[in-house]
Amino acid sequence: MRFAYYPGCTATSTSIEYDESVRETAKYLGIELEEIPEWTCCGASSGHVINQELALALPSRNLALANRMSLGIAAPCPACSLRLKTAEYELKRDPGLKTRIEEDIGMNLELSQKSKHILEVLYQDVGIDAIKQKVQKALEGLRVVTYYGCYLVRPPEITGFDDPENPTIMDKIMEALDAEVIDWSYKVDCCGGGLSIVAPEIVKKLVGRIVSAASEVGADAIVTACGICQANLDMRQPKNSGFRLMPVFYFSELSALAFGSPNVGEWLAKHFVDATGLLERLKLL
Amino acid sequence: MSQRPAREKIRLLDHEFSRRIRAEVRNLDRCYQCSMCSDGCPVAYAMDYYPNQIIHMVRLGLKEKVLQSTAIWLCASCETCATRCPNEIEIVRLMDVLRRESLEEGFKNPVGNIAKFHRVFVEQIRKRGRIDEGSLLLSYELKTGDFLSFKKIREEANLALQMFRKGKLKLPSRKKYAPEAVSGIFRKVFFRV
Repeated sequence: MRFAYYPGCTATSTSIEYDESVRETAKYLGIELEEIPEWTCCGASSGHVINQELALALPSRNLALANRMSLGIAAPCPACSLRLKTAEYELKRDPGLKTRIEEDIGMNLELSQKSKHILEVLYQDVGIDAIKQKVQKALEGLRVVTYYGCYLVRPPEITGFDDPENPTIMDKIMEALDAEVIDWSYKVDCCGGGLSIVAPEIVKKLVGRIVSAASEVGADAIVTACGICQANLDMRQPKNSGFRLMPVFYFSELSALAFGSPNVGEWLAKHFVDATGLLERLKLL
Repeated sequence: MSQRPAREKIRLLDHEFSRRIRAEVRNLDRCYQCSMCSDGCPVAYAMDYYPNQIIHMVRLGLKEKVLQSTAIWLCASCETCATRCPNEIEIVRLMDVLRRESLEEGFKNPVGNIAKFHRVFVEQIRKRGRIDEGSLLLSYELKTGDFLSFKKIREEANLALQMFRKGKLKLPSRKKYAPEAVSGIFRKVFFRV
């Protein structure tokens, strides 16, 4: 099982522990992630505001590089994944646009392989049973809520990812690791994403609502699959004394932990809200 | 004597504007103002006009009001509205188009530095091929002086410092990725003859 791996820019700094834990999880599951040589930014949250054509050309260059490797793309970042899928979607329905973008990037594009978010690789290509078989350390006693945010699921006609209002792919993966998944109403609510630098007050308000809801349903922690969501939820929790801070894991940190990885402590040291205490109490670390 | 509430007169119906925007956004004319978009919008509380009002204003040709609204800039592009719209209107696409128009028409951005942020972001891609969050923050700061505002400095600078300590932010890097390929794309997109 091989994929062209597109780490995305946050993988190199803000969510370095996400990238590392995804690569490690992939190793345990026999997924070969071959990093796309000389990959460049997909334009993410700002490209489409400045110029629509640029917003299609930037991800298309990476799609074309994956074509050269004869592999489909797997990306850990939902925003990158959406930009890649949007380019595939728009260029497929408009051959004239495809020709124009091919001219922009100076490469031909072949759109037969749909790019995937890494959660889709785990769920569709590896499968829940195979994940269960790799578990060395069951995450027993860990009560989590899963947080999907925006771009894994929306817009659904482009992402093709599960039910857009109540996705369960990450729930099933967490249950395969023996974690207890608690149902809640904030799986696909927005954390404010890219507004965190320019309008942190808005992000704080949205994050406050999400982490409070997780607390109200009795979760020990939130599980995410996005570097921006994780950073927002982890760094911008309410500071008032009554609030119990909520650890925010990447799903891949928990999967690597369950598969027996020795590196989890190193990743968790990069979190803002302490996540090691909880795992130590449960004798998982 | 009962007094009538002050009513704002609607002026500047710009049909050219309305037509142009409607041509770029799929299904815009299907809107029947159910307000599903605004009901689910996580940032509607902070906007001057709700998303359904923006749609209506575009159809009425209220160009100046729309292009100077905070709504178009506060939109987080979360796609909740477009996902739930019963008429499949591309609302986020609409916001993108309006932001672009607002920049092109030279309207003053009513929400601080959001437009500058997007510009700096894209400029970073053009220069370096990838976003390095350290460089992004630094050039954003140089352009806006945002963190030096008294209100933000303590909290935001403190977060940035902690991120730096944890290795989540790095010193700005000069490394370039695929510079020729990237500048080729920018040349084609922005200066194609």
